[in-house]
Amino acid sequence: MNSGKKGSRGAAILLEALEKEGVDVIFGYPGGVLLPLYDSLLDSPIQHILARHEQGVVHAADGYARVSGKVGVCLATSGPGATNLVTGIANAYMDSIPLVVLTGQVVSSLLGTDSFQEADITGITTPITKHSYIVKDAREIPRVVKEAFYLAGTGRPGPVLIDLPKDILAMENVEPFPSDMNLRGYQVPGRGDSARIDEVVKAITECRRPVIYAGGGVIAAGAADALRQLSEKASIPVVTTLMGIGCLPFGHPNLLGMVGMHGTVTSNYAVDDCDLLIAVGVRFDDRVTSGLGHLFATKAKIVHIDVDSAEIGKVVRAHFPIVGDARLVLEEVLDGLASVEVPQVSDWWDRLHTWKNDHPMKYEKDRLTPQMVIECMGELAGDETIMVTDVGQHQMWTAQYFPIMHTRNLVTSGGLGTMGFGLPAAVGAQVARPNDLVFLVTGDGSFQMCIQELATIVQNKLPIKIVLMNNGVLGMVRQWQKMFYGERFSSIQLHSNPDFIKVAEAYGIRGIRIESLEQVNSAIAEAIEYPGPVLLDFTISPDEDVLPMVAPGKAITEMLGR
Amino acid sequence: MLHTLAALVENHPGVLTRIAGLFARRAYNIDSLSVCQTEDPELSRMTIVVNGDDQVIEQVRNQLNKLVIVHSVTDLTAESVVNRELALVRIKVSSETRAEVLQTVTIFRGRVVDIGRTNITVEVTGDIEKIDAFVNAIRPYGLLELVRTGKIAILRSEV
Ligand SMILES: Cc1ncc(C[n+]2csc(CCOP(=O)(O)OP(=O)(O)O)c2C)c(N)n1
Ligand SMILES: [Mg+2]
Repeated sequence: MNSGKKGSRGAAILLEALEKEGVDVIFGYPGGVLLPLYDSLLDSPIQHILARHEQGVVHAADGYARVSGKVGVCLATSGPGATNLVTGIANAYMDSIPLVVLTGQVVSSLLGTDSFQEADITGITTPITKHSYIVKDAREIPRVVKEAFYLAGTGRPGPVLIDLPKDILAMENVEPFPSDMNLRGYQVPGRGDSARIDEVVKAITECRRPVIYAGGGVIAAGAADALRQLSEKASIPVVTTLMGIGCLPFGHPNLLGMVGMHGTVTSNYAVDDCDLLIAVGVRFDDRVTSGLGHLFATKAKIVHIDVDSAEIGKVVRAHFPIVGDARLVLEEVLDGLASVEVPQVSDWWDRLHTWKNDHPMKYEKDRLTPQMVIECMGELAGDETIMVTDVGQHQMWTAQYFPIMHTRNLVTSGGLGTMGFGLPAAVGAQVARPNDLVFLVTGDGSFQMCIQELATIVQNKLPIKIVLMNNGVLGMVRQWQKMFYGERFSSIQLHSNPDFIKVAEAYGIRGIRIESLEQVNSAIAEAIEYPGPVLLDFTISPDEDVLPMVAPGKAITEMLGR
Repeated sequence: MLHTLAALVENHPGVLTRIAGLFARRAYNIDSLSVCQTEDPELSRMTIVVNGDDQVIEQVRNQLNKLVIVHSVTDLTAESVVNRELALVRIKVSSETRAEVLQTVTIFRGRVVDIGRTNITVEVTGDIEKIDAFVNAIRPYGLLELVRTGKIAILRSEV
């Protein structure tokens, strides 16, 4: 395949359009229908990172997007390449992560004929994409790419898929149409309704027990600063969702911690008892409300600020619904507060402090526990450290104990809870921020779901520090069987786990096993010092629990392990 | 309560799947759906009749509005609107019943559009209640086949 006529091949036009959008890296995996594109890539300044599985490709783009705030781009071939992306697309959709997903497709004339490696990927992904395109004319590529990035990154962000038949990529001498967008049906909410915002300001001045409930939408909107100012100005305590961690720096006096199933007792009590709940960029997910929207914050007037009007009223009825950009809305609330009295909340804070003292986060310190490992990592790592997690108990311990000091420093699969997300997401995070320390906390189950990406780490010299909480079990499932199924343990033993140190070494990664309390600090320090990737394999008991915990179906005040 | 939603949507493949998928996933039941071209060649108009309380309908509207391919959604239920549906009905007739059937058709201002040896086919337009009433009236003679377009609706103009 020759690329003599640069700039006129469909594939080259695609790459130019990506460059115009500021794309510097694509995570991808080649295949037959992508041959013209991979050929043109050789002449493009865009860097290509080859993963080892398409699931790795899409999670890496997702991790890249989360830590950089940019749109992540990934690429896979038709058929099995495209279907291997599905989990990752769903993952990004659930957490509102901006992705442009490029898939190769069979040549246009064979579409719909069950031809070799054909899969209806736009059909398959309809419910998990914000929008999708099948490019039928190479001249439309610049417009489609421009629209896709705009859609992915604005409003409520999300994945947009572009399906590219091989003949479109291979077409030569293409004279592209102008890239003017044609999105008449798409509006991005901006400022909120001012009259409603005035009502909110009034409600704030009059309340006595306010709580801010902050989620991933705050981070997506770049509204964390405004949120912190509001909290400080009016002394309003803040609870966050898993996705909202980082809105306020860990240790901030107004931060009560995570809310919901594994939230702090204080957060859950506060939400239950508050008289004004200011919900920003959240969707009242069942991991927060226990699926009991009607029992959530029942004493409160609810303010719900979200960029997606379909989230408002979906789970709870808000007294003050505001559709708009969280940053703009919060800034307007702040302006309004400048000229009025802040609420009297000292009694409320007394109550919150009592709860905090009576129900601190706690764990036993007499043995090597995952909580102490995570706290130790927090002590040794700097404020800019990026923490990536997989899914399971280790994820919740990390969310509870690791000090996240800034937005975009926690990368975790919130809405979909995708085991296997961590390792490839860490790849994307390190690629996006090569100078920051990247930790991955994973479990022995999750790690094995995308373990092949160790090769991607090595090939790209990514100095990721992998912390494996090796409990020999699918710990989170075991915990539920222990607590709610009478200790009838079923299919949670990972008996034939490999020697992970040897696995790491086989890939050329340094491995350190830690089996006792005394080794923890020095091993973590050593890993941070070491210039390359390291696997720290912590042997922990399968019997550790994530606490506190709201039992399924119970109100959020009824926590186990208070 | 039945609501009539009018959605202006982009006119290209995949649009129907996205909308149908949205209804299916959230278990909103579509009572009737009609799709047609509009005065703007880039847009189709969907008239969707859906059952649900106000909160469900608000969710349906918001979810529809969120789709990039949907340009606007209007709930025509509370508004002043003209509703129409067209039905083609094939009815069994014999020499004894023919006159009665034709009389019924006339009462409903229907038109005979096809005649067979043992049946006639009739076109009737009107609001849903009228079509229902017609169908019930001719059912005793033998309803052989019934095709209904589904409801379409348009806002009354202000005077
Ligand atoms: C892809 C996928 N499959 C299954 C699950 C269900 N699940 C949630 S947590 C968990 C166990 C995770 O085990 P591990 O990674 O070892 O973490 P641990 O809980 O032991 O810390 C399972 C099976 C899931 N979340 N994702
Ligand atoms: Mg485990």
